[in-house]
Amino acid sequence: MPLLTVENLKTWYPMKKEWFKPQEFLKAVDGVSFTLDKAETVGLVGESGCGKSTLGRTLVRLENPVAGDVTINGEDIAKLKGNALRKARGEFQIIFQDPYGSLNPRMSVLRTLDEVLALHTNLDKQGRYMRMLELIVMVGLKEEHLHRYPHQFSGGQRQRIGIARALAVEPEFIVADEPVSALDVSVQAQIINLLIDIQEKTGISFLFIAHDLAVVEHISHRILVMYLGRIVESGSSSAVCKNAKHPYTQALLSAVPTLDPETRKKRIVLPGDVPSPLNPPSGCPFHPRCHQAMEKCKTEVPALKSVKGSPDHQTACFLE
Amino acid sequence: MTIVDVNKLSIEFKVDGQWLPAVNNISFDVKKGEIVALVGESGCGKSVTCMALARLLPEPPARYASGEIMLHGKSVLTLKNRELRDIRRHHIGYIFQEPSVSLNPVFRVGDQIAEAVLLRKDASSSDVKNEVIELLDQVGISDPEKRIKSYPHQLSGGMQQRIMIAMALAGKPDILVADEPTTALDVTIQAQILDLLCEIREKRDMSIILVTHNLGIVADMADRVVVMYAGHTVESANTDELMKNPKHPYTQALLSAVPKLGHSDEKLTTIPGTVPSPANYPDGCRFFGRCALAEKMIKSESELLCEKSVPDWREIKKGHFCRCHYSQ
Repeated sequence: MPLLTVENLKTWYPMKKEWFKPQEFLKAVDGVSFTLDKAETVGLVGESGCGKSTLGRTLVRLENPVAGDVTINGEDIAKLKGNALRKARGEFQIIFQDPYGSLNPRMSVLRTLDEVLALHTNLDKQGRYMRMLELIVMVGLKEEHLHRYPHQFSGGQRQRIGIARALAVEPEFIVADEPVSALDVSVQAQIINLLIDIQEKTGISFLFIAHDLAVVEHISHRILVMYLGRIVESGSSSAVCKNAKHPYTQALLSAVPTLDPETRKKRIVLPGDVPSPLNPPSGCPFHPRCHQAMEKCKTEVPALKSVKGSPDHQTACFLE
Repeated sequence: MTIVDVNKLSIEFKVDGQWLPAVNNISFDVKKGEIVALVGESGCGKSVTCMALARLLPEPPARYASGEIMLHGKSVLTLKNRELRDIRRHHIGYIFQEPSVSLNPVFRVGDQIAEAVLLRKDASSSDVKNEVIELLDQVGISDPEKRIKSYPHQLSGGMQQRIMIAMALAGKPDILVADEPTTALDVTIQAQILDLLCEIREKRDMSIILVTHNLGIVADMADRVVVMYAGHTVESANTDELMKNPKHPYTQALLSAVPKLGHSDEKLTTIPGTVPSPANYPDGCRFFGRCALAEKMIKSESELLCEKSVPDWREIKKGHFCRCHYSQ
């Protein structure tokens, strides 16, 4: 049984209501379903504004879904409230993108971590300190760092503190919302390796959100590709990266700049921007930018279906 | 023909009463129609170098300690203000990282571009509007007649960057300095902007200095690469040569730290430690302490050499420069 099951999840934001007009919604996440196994990393890619961060934030209940189920270990967390929700938060945590903005500048690392531990565990002061030491070493920092403040750290070190904070309560799964986008390549590699190591040691599961497909492929077992609030392709990371079926995934892959000058391929350059989710195109939401769009795409919405011969690889496109 | 020639340039900043080096003794040149990439991690001095080309750094706190910059045959560091303005108007154009910050939010984009056009000496005020529309058309903005009336917040990030490029082109410069032009954009939009830059280069036979930390973009776009580390240039060569045959241990480490599509089973190599801060740069090679090659050469003598003396900027192969005691 999978650790996390997401069923038809919808996160809509109500827009300003005008008189005599029906209520309009911005459908940031619109009917997303997927599963996440124990000790698995699922990568989530897409352009900005496609709803990937909203999906991640909904899974850890920083946003409230309007419909759908999120089940962790048989418990539906989508409808939890108050005390029950606070208790359940011990099972899921989040690492944020911006290591500068997500730590309180007035709190030392010790207080940042202590706050989480005091809230979620029954350890006494001594026990909490021991746990903090364990955490800080696990993310590759030293005891002396506990007494410093966020401004005394580099970006990579701050991201390590964010990871330690998420790990503090021994959660079952962590949403990592673009944890390496703000970092330099050499530091980015350190953080990616750290996340892989932690997973091997603790058997934790990750939902890894990023816009860089090369990074996502590197860390993930499976990949979900999102466009305008829906999943357009999902499958094992090698299937999605080597045998992409959806034209959007193909375009994303070809847009990643490659290092090897000899394999520089002709890029598929997508025209235009992501349409506004307030006013999505009819039919397949990708059809105005798709170079293979047909008449049918303008009116009908393709469903997410398995690719012939590989049931794990799904795509929402009429071409397949 | 050489458009930009930077020769042994050093720039320092005054911080708390102390002069700290931002870039040290760097040399490179850019020829006509060439794309030269400056790569390196944050804080290595690539942006400072770019700003220095048109002397845009505020003095003080900045100070040009030594060296010279030749732009269009003129020594930028000795020019008077009026001549500098001339250089900035006609010879050099800038695009910055964050287009939403670089544009003025309270003016229509058409007016902002018109301002840049009117600064040019040969511009006539009567057909400014047509020229603005033509510029927008060139940078791939559809429906330019309507778009000139938009405010920056009404445009997406990709469109805003196109407006910035149009403004930079308004002065018909010989050289375009693009300082991380796509860092704030999505990969798909990044591909559009990079294509546009290539197209402009081809049409106008313009030189481009591309500052980036993304080695993929470098491999894709640049003719020549200059790698910087902690204020030093550490390696420079043709793109193909550098990608296939990197000599400096830092370049090698940087290249292997990039995740590559289709190689997900290999573990990423990391560089231990962090970049030193300008206040405590080592006396010798700035990469000492993180360098895998120096570790291999652990024999006391060689280690002293790396620790005590800065390696020379030497040509190991024709057109391939490297700042390292041991690489060959």
